Amino acid sequence: MSDQTTLQEQAIMDDIKISARNVQVHYGDTHAIKDVNVDIRDKMVTAFIGPSGCGKSTFLRCINRMNDTIDISRVEGTILIDGEDIYDAKVDPVQLRAKVGMVFQKPNPFPKSIYDNVAYGPRIHGLSRSKAELDEIVESALKRAALWAEVKDRLSAPGTGLSGGQQQRLCIARAVATAPEVLLMDEPCSALDPIATAQVEELIDELRQNYSVVIVTHSMQQAARVSQRTAFFHLGHLVEFGDTGDIFTNPQDKRTESYITGRIG
Amino acid sequence: MPLIWLFAILLALAAAGYTLGRRRAVAVSGGDIRRLHSLPNYHGLNVALAVLVPALLVLFVWLIAQPMIVDARVAATLPPATPTSERALVMSDVRRLAEGLELAVQSDIMTEDEVQRLNAAEDGIRARLAPLGVALGSNVDPAVLVSAKRYRALSIAGNTARNIVVILLALGGLGLAWGATGLGFRARNSVERAVLALLIAAASIAILTTAGIVLSLLFESINFFSQYSIADFFFGTKWSPNFRGNSQLGILPLLWGTLYISLIALIVAVPVGLFSAIYLSEYAGPRMRAVAKPLIEVLAGIPTIVYGLFALITVGPLLRDYFAQPLGLGNSGSSVMTAGLVMGIMLIPFVSSLSDDIINAVPQAMRDGSYGLGATKSETIRQVIVPAALPGIVGAILLAASRAIGETMIVVLGAGAAAQLDLNPFEAMTTVTVKIVSQLTGDTDFASPETLVAFALGLTLFVITLGLNVIALFIVRRYREQYE
Repeated sequence: MSDQTTLQEQAIMDDIKISARNVQVHYGDTHAIKDVNVDIRDKMVTAFIGPSGCGKSTFLRCINRMNDTIDISRVEGTILIDGEDIYDAKVDPVQLRAKVGMVFQKPNPFPKSIYDNVAYGPRIHGLSRSKAELDEIVESALKRAALWAEVKDRLSAPGTGLSGGQQQRLCIARAVATAPEVLLMDEPCSALDPIATAQVEELIDELRQNYSVVIVTHSMQQAARVSQRTAFFHLGHLVEFGDTGDIFTNPQDKRTESYITGRIG
Repeated sequence: MPLIWLFAILLALAAAGYTLGRRRAVAVSGGDIRRLHSLPNYHGLNVALAVLVPALLVLFVWLIAQPMIVDARVAATLPPATPTSERALVMSDVRRLAEGLELAVQSDIMTEDEVQRLNAAEDGIRARLAPLGVALGSNVDPAVLVSAKRYRALSIAGNTARNIVVILLALGGLGLAWGATGLGFRARNSVERAVLALLIAAASIAILTTAGIVLSLLFESINFFSQYSIADFFFGTKWSPNFRGNSQLGILPLLWGTLYISLIALIVAVPVGLFSAIYLSEYAGPRMRAVAKPLIEVLAGIPTIVYGLFALITVGPLLRDYFAQPLGLGNSGSSVMTAGLVMGIMLIPFVSSLSDDIINAVPQAMRDGSYGLGATKSETIRQVIVPAALPGIVGAILLAASRAIGETMIVVLGAGAAAQLDLNPFEAMTTVTVKIVSQLTGDTDFASPETLVAFALGLTLFVITLGLNVIALFIVRRYREQYE
């Protein structure tokens, strides 16, 4: 815990990356997120935990405006990234999503080659001037996702032919290649076996050096292992938010305590 | 006893078998059906199947075999002097007369004795059978009458034997299956096998029909090629059938017309259909979609003859007056362009409806992944969704192509019936299907090459569409980009 304490001290020095105030989300008649206020710091892993249907994934999808693709959803309140309101009319959600990458619950590589999967974002956003530069971006993204060694000889093989854990790391590489500032992960390990999970968790820990990572997880052990800050959601409310160590050892709210000790959830 | 009675008896026996089998199963279980291997219904069904299946199979084979055997035996008694070419005609006379006599006996115009004593010379058979609707050509030849009587006697004997055998088989099946019904008898499994056999039979009917179509086309085509040279047919550039002989039957102008018109139709239908499918599946809201999709599919319900009329009275003159004449490309109201455009409109729903289903089948996770990387809607569609849906889209296009190649009515009314090789899209041309129709209709000699060419044309068309399907399968296998 001692290195975590130093990290926390260091993090407080850093700026707040994402700041949400009074966020409400409605899906049709359902009030999915109620009055959430949260500050997410840069270069840190923040975990959202809570029982199924508590709104943690919904809130995650607000941060890169993925909820816009669902017709019946309605978001109120303000979310600032670097002090800029992302729900402002001036903001192009497409540009925003390039800045806020996302990794989904189920690995969803495109039906393309491994290379094209990773090069997808850089190509769309024109991040490379030449083929050589693109090759470099792909290589470094794959290396960062700890996948390079396994796929470097078959970059033209289809991404869908990889194993589940490799596919998920490919999706992470794909998100990293777009050079985002924030990485959102929606239960990235729920479809993976323990070994692949361990690899992805190790990866998340390394990604912290460059990005602010927000991860939704069902596994409390995972939240404890990878995150520095944890938020507990329950029935659309943000119940408790604080340093991971505090949340798990000394929860302030009764509901948090019940959840982490396994009484609700 | 007519056949319908035989069927009725079989069905009654099957129903009785069902009840008996069920009752016996319940009886041996002593009221506790859990002791049975199979539910009582299965035991009943098993007995019913044992009644029906062997009896119907034998009946089916008998119905095919008996006329053949009787024919052969009667034909053997014909005067040996009859030349081979006339035998078929004489035999059809014999058959007609035999049927007439049978009808006469059944409707009490003649008694059995009278028929036996019937004499060709005296009795005026023609006049007596005429009221029954049996038309005999001329006065009846004594030899034919003798043969007809023999034919009738053999048929009656055969029918009686058939009825006895079938009913005995049904009873035997009932007895055996009823006897087998017991606690441990696996009636459920044997019913399952019967279901499997039924499904296999259904599947093989489709396959056998295809084989039958190919074979019938093939035999007539071989017949044609024995009278007309293969090289002239496939490489001849002139199509001018002449029923007095000396025809030039080159397929190239027809094939060119077919491909040209289909090409124009596809150039119209593929982009329009694909784009409307993309709009409907990716951009349109649910309300728009609920209205627009059925409206587009209405196009598929319009009979092709109505499209043909549209081509003939609207599109054709329009193209002629505003494009062909001002550009100096011709004065023809019917043209390749007319038929191609109208056929393209007809094909839009084929392409759009199938592509729409296929695009909708691409998992939402693909779209989320792409949007999550900051791609716009059209980038996502172009780079992720269309590639993922490509095999299905190619399938839809090839289905449309097959329809275009086989289309007849729109071509007759839109492009005319003049076979020529020309690049000018405002010239009248025609297709293979139109010529198949025109060669087979009318009062024609069925053995001449001018008629038989229709089968060779049909076979060629069949091979082309088959080839298209094979290519489609290949493309789909080769470029399938698998998701999940």
